[in-house]
Order: sequence, then structure tokens, then C-alpha cells
Amino acid sequence: MSAVQEAVTAAPAIEAVPKRAMTLGVGTSLIVLALLIVTPLFVKNFIIFQMTMLLVYGLAVLALNILTGGSGQFSLGQSAFYAVGAYTSAILMEHAGMNYALTLPVSGLVCFAFGFLFGLPALRLSGVYLALATFALATAMPQLLKLGYFETWTGGVQGLVVTKPDPPEAVQSLLAWAHLKMSQDMWLYYFTLIITIAIYIFSVNLLKSRSGRAFMAIRDNEIAASAMGIDVALYKTLAFGVSAAITGIAGGLGAIAVQFVAPDGYTITLAISLFLGMVVGGVGWLPGSIVGSAFIIFVPNIAEGISKGLSGAVFGVILFLVIFLVPHGARQVAMVAQHLLGNLKKR
Amino acid sequence: MLARRKHLIAAVATGAIAFASTGGALAQKKYDSGASDTEIKIGNIMPYSGPASAYGVIGKTEAAYFNKINAEGGINGRKINFITYDDGYSPPKAVEQARKLVESDEVLVVFNPLGTPSNSAIEKYMNSKKVPQLFVATGATKWNEPKEFPWTMGWQPSYQSEARIYAKYLLKEKPDAKIAAFYQNDDFGKDYLKGLKDGLGAKAASMIIAEEGYETSEPSIDNHIVKLKASGADVFISITTPKFAAQAIKKLAEMNWTPLHIVSNVSASVGGVIKPAGFENAQGILSAAYAKDGADAQWNNDPGMKKFYEFLAKYDADANKLDGSVVYGYGAAQTMVKVLEMCGDNLTHENVMKQAASLKNFTPDTLLPGVTINTSATDFAPIKQLQMMRFKGEKWELFGDIITDDFTN
Repeated sequence: MSAVQEAVTAAPAIEAVPKRAMTLGVGTSLIVLALLIVTPLFVKNFIIFQMTMLLVYGLAVLALNILTGGSGQFSLGQSAFYAVGAYTSAILMEHAGMNYALTLPVSGLVCFAFGFLFGLPALRLSGVYLALATFALATAMPQLLKLGYFETWTGGVQGLVVTKPDPPEAVQSLLAWAHLKMSQDMWLYYFTLIITIAIYIFSVNLLKSRSGRAFMAIRDNEIAASAMGIDVALYKTLAFGVSAAITGIAGGLGAIAVQFVAPDGYTITLAISLFLGMVVGGVGWLPGSIVGSAFIIFVPNIAEGISKGLSGAVFGVILFLVIFLVPHGARQVAMVAQHLLGNLKKR
Repeated sequence: MLARRKHLIAAVATGAIAFASTGGALAQKKYDSGASDTEIKIGNIMPYSGPASAYGVIGKTEAAYFNKINAEGGINGRKINFITYDDGYSPPKAVEQARKLVESDEVLVVFNPLGTPSNSAIEKYMNSKKVPQLFVATGATKWNEPKEFPWTMGWQPSYQSEARIYAKYLLKEKPDAKIAAFYQNDDFGKDYLKGLKDGLGAKAASMIIAEEGYETSEPSIDNHIVKLKASGADVFISITTPKFAAQAIKKLAEMNWTPLHIVSNVSASVGGVIKPAGFENAQGILSAAYAKDGADAQWNNDPGMKKFYEFLAKYDADANKLDGSVVYGYGAAQTMVKVLEMCGDNLTHENVMKQAASLKNFTPDTLLPGVTINTSATDFAPIKQLQMMRFKGEKWELFGDIITDDFTN
């Protein structure tokens, strides 16, 4: 057959990964967004604080999703990038008097560089060995932060107290005109929400773009990807860099929300929690990040409510049940729900 | 005459009303969130999980103690509702739990939260919310700053306090001592070292002839000990946590170096430090204590300890009375109950802090005889006294008088 005939009769090009598989439908997205925007208006400051932490950890899990779900590289070391982001923001805010919003891009860039540089030696490793290398990074981080050498900046073991920002003048005067007042917690929540939405859109577009396809090709079959001409080394380190940058921004937001940074807050337990969150949310499924985040924040509280002494064991049992019943995490639940809705619509 | 009687009645009536309304503190009831006619809510944050979970037993003991108080009628007729949360020794989690206690559970006071990092994390928040952060369970010295943090108060003797007491002892018993200081290179160790130097005053520079800091990440501290021996010191002060205290005791014995060995109170545990290091290596070591030791038979007939053992038998049967944390929890809880009793019907955050800062010669059952709790508006360090003890045979023997740390910053 001639080339022209082949081109005409060949199947039309399809998306490498159907958009549905990566995001929620338009309707569901809007509902979730509406809930996220409206809920803080009706709840206490403490709940708003918890929702802010939900978004912060959601970002960290999202970053891990890009790295593991997108480019197939295991990482048990996200807590290290989170810590670097948190400390960068805290140090810039407290020692350099920088505005809190400006510290976030700086944290992102610093962590991007850090992640990219870590990705270089990590190129030689894969699977279990990469996981161990990242594990080593996470274990080393708290002790590096305690080093006397950095103490004047990091505050050593005692950590740094971070001042909570007030809502900006413009917003305050606008609300005052409508006889409303916004608490610090509420402002911080909306600030975090805006950043989260921006990063989420960026991540979805990243995974749909050429780079995203390169990531997924590397994840699925590295040798084939390399044979197709993808610069494996570049994309792997890029994945680490991007993931670290997003985790760093999450860390910075976390530092501002909690108002305190200390080495003991960024241990290997955090790294493992983020990994758990990713699995529960559905590996590689970006919307699942928030479900994973909710799991790691609220389920330990539920476990504590059931039994104080055995809270760890109860958490383990709940986790086991989740993995056993829905191994693909929230993504599986969403697909089942979609399927059921589809059946209902047909009737 | 009738007019005069009328005036008299009016005067007496006015006087009576005036008296009744000024007798206000007793007659009127004032409540902040967390207090009512029937209940007082006490919040608490403990590491029930994570690296410091051994201290979780303190929270359990306190819960049992408050159960006992409730069974005996409560405080001024009000039952205690003890709400305790786990922070896993993680500062962000501690912040979350503190916010939960203050904003969601609306407690009257957050009592005995444990851990220097956790308390550092919540200090600013508690002070901005003006809710008492009372009797914090850490020995760091920074909890005695009533001007900057009027809502935060410590309980146990601070690390600097303890070090100053050792300095006092040395100045008295061995004024020409040559001191080698071996310290953990973090805030705990540095807190102690500062206390030691402050206590020695002008003689600090001449008496401390060698200082060696170690990191908790080091697998072995032998090389530091060798250096300190080479300095020719005759007093060895071990500012160490249990694992490293035991290593130091062993190494000193191996090297046949027998200086006067002082170890910090946090590592004075017989079961956790002395036994693993070897009883024969630990003879003559000095330390200090402020509470009675459940393992020491000399307190078996002490009225205070008898009450403690009775409490354990009835309300906390599976607690280990040899565990210093159980004794600690009892003493702290007893102090809290005393403060609430002193508040009477005025159960506001402010009055709780006021009464906590007005404790005079209060003696919980479990403190050593002679050690009393004293606070004032400028003194937020309840316990400032310790008694020295020497290790002999297989236990600690108290000696000398109670030494008071009366250093003022």
C-alpha cells in the first residue's frame, strides 16, 4: 500500500492517557471546588486550620503522585524536600523579613535545585534501591537540621517560630466595606487554596504534555522510551526536580499554617505517611491526592478516638482494610461510582 | 427617733448589700470556657505514640488521679473532665491538638503538655489565646519567663537549676576542683552547661578545664572520654541522656579513671542506666533528685508514698511503681488539683494563672521531704530544690540537705 493510503486508513491518533483517567469530570470538579470555597465560611477556625493542612498535605501527595505515578520513580524521601521548603520559608520570613507570599517561589526554586541535584546520582538506581536512597535522605534530614553549624539560622533543636500573616490590606478594606471580617486562618486557607488549584492545573497539564508523556513512557518501559529518543536522564531528574519543588511549596505553606518549624516535625514518619496517602488516593491519579491527604490527617485521629494505647494498631487495621478492599485507592472508588451513575443514567 | 431608726436600717441594709457584693470572690461565680457549675475541663497533650511514647504513662497516671478526685467528690463539687490527645512527639501535631483543645473542646487549661519541641510549638499560640499552658512537662529553662509569656509555667526543676545546684555543691565541697564537662550537643546539653557556668560564677573559667560535646548520632563516645581524661580533671560532669550516660560510666571504669562523677537527673534511672552500665562501675556516682523513688524501700512507710501506693492499687493497678514517670504524673496532677481548689468559684483562665503563681510551700505527696513548691508573679519555676544522692550498692542514697537554687536572672 502506498503511504497516502496507509495514512488515510490508519486509526486516528488517541490520547496516550485518556483525560478521564487523570482528572475528575467537569461536574464533579465543580462540586468539589464549590465545597472547598464555601465550607470555611460556616465552620470554626480550628476546622479551617485542618482544611488548610488538608490542602498542604494534598499538595505533597500530588508531588509524589507526579514522581511515582507519573515517572515511575519510588520516593520515600519527600519529607526531606518538605523540610527544606518549610525551613527556607521560615528562615526568609524570620531572619530576612521577607513577605510570606514571596518566600514560596523561593522555596520552590531551592527545592527544585535540591531535587534535581538529588535526581542525578539517583539515575543509577531504580525500584527498591532508589527507595532506599530516598529513605536515607529522609532519615538524614532531621539531623542535618539540628547541626550546630546552621543553628544561627535554623534555631537548632528548638526550631523557629513563624509569624502568622494577616489578610492583606486590600482584602480587608474590601470586606470592611461589606461589614465583614476575615480571620487569619480563613485568609491563609484561601491563599493556600488558590496556590493548590494553580499547582493542580499545572500538574494536570504537565502530565498531558509532551514531558508528561515522556514521564509515562519512562515509567512503562525505560528501554523502549530510550530507544524512541527520549532523554531518559533529563526527564528523570526533571521529574525529581518538579516533584521536589511542589513539595517544597507545600512545606512552606505548612510552616506558615502551623507557625512553627522544628527538625522533629519532618521525620521519616512524614515521608511514609505521604507514601501511604498516595497509595490510598490512587497512585498516579491526581484528584486522589486530597483523599490520601484526608486519610493521613483524619484516620490517625479516628484511631486515637477508638483506642489511645493501641492507636497505631487500629490505624494499621484500617489501612489494611482499605488496601484489601480497594487496592487502587480512591481512584477505584471513583470509577465504581462513575459506573453506577452511568447505569442510573441509562435507566 | 423613727427617722433615725429608718436611717439605721437603711445604713445596715446598704452595708449588708455592699458586703455581699464585695464578698464577690466567694459569693459570685465566674467562669471562662471549660468551667461550669458541674465540670472543669482540663486539656493535655502527651506522646502516646512515636519515639517518646515511654512518657505516655504520665498521661495515664494523671487520668487515673483525676478519676480518684472525681470519686472523692471532685473539686469544690465539680467533676474533672480530663481530655488528653496524642501528638506523637511531633510539633505540628502538637499545634493541631492544642488548637483542638482550645477552640473545639474549649478547655479551661492545658495542663502538663510534654516535650520541649511540642511546648515550643504551642507557646506563642497559647499566650495569644490567653489560655494557661500550665506545669509543662519539660526541664528546659525557658518556661520561667512571666513577662514575655505570662500564660506558660513549668513544674519540674529546670536543667539550669539542677546544674546550678551541682555547681553550688562543688563550690562548697571541692572548691579547687578541676572539672571536665561532657555534654550532649543540643539544647538540653547547652541548657545544663550554661547553668553550670552561671552557678560557678567567676570561678567558672578556672574550674572548668575541659569541655567535650557529642552528637546523639555518634555510635560511640569513647574518644571524647579519652580526651577528657587527658586533661587531668578530677571531676567528671555527665550531661547526658540515658544511653550515653551508661556508655560514659562503662568507659570510665574501663580506663580506670575515677574522678568525682556527677550524672544528670534525667539519666539517674537504676533500671535504664545504672544496671546496663554495671553496678560495680557506678559506685560513688552523684546525682540529684526532687521526688521520692518508688524503688527505694526507705519510703515504704512514708505517709505521702503510702497514699501514692494506695492510689495505684485502687485506680491504676497495672502501673509500674518503679517507673519515675508514674511518680511524676501523680505529683503534677496533685499540684493541678491544688491550684483549681484555690480558684474556688472563680474559674477563669486569668484566675487559674493567678492561683498557680501564688503557691506557697505546697508539698505534694511524692516530693522529697523538704522540697516545696513556691511560685510568685515573677517566679514561674515551681520546684527549685533538689537533694544530692550517691549511688551505693544497688541503689541511690540521699545525703546532705535539700539545696535550693535561688539564682535570679
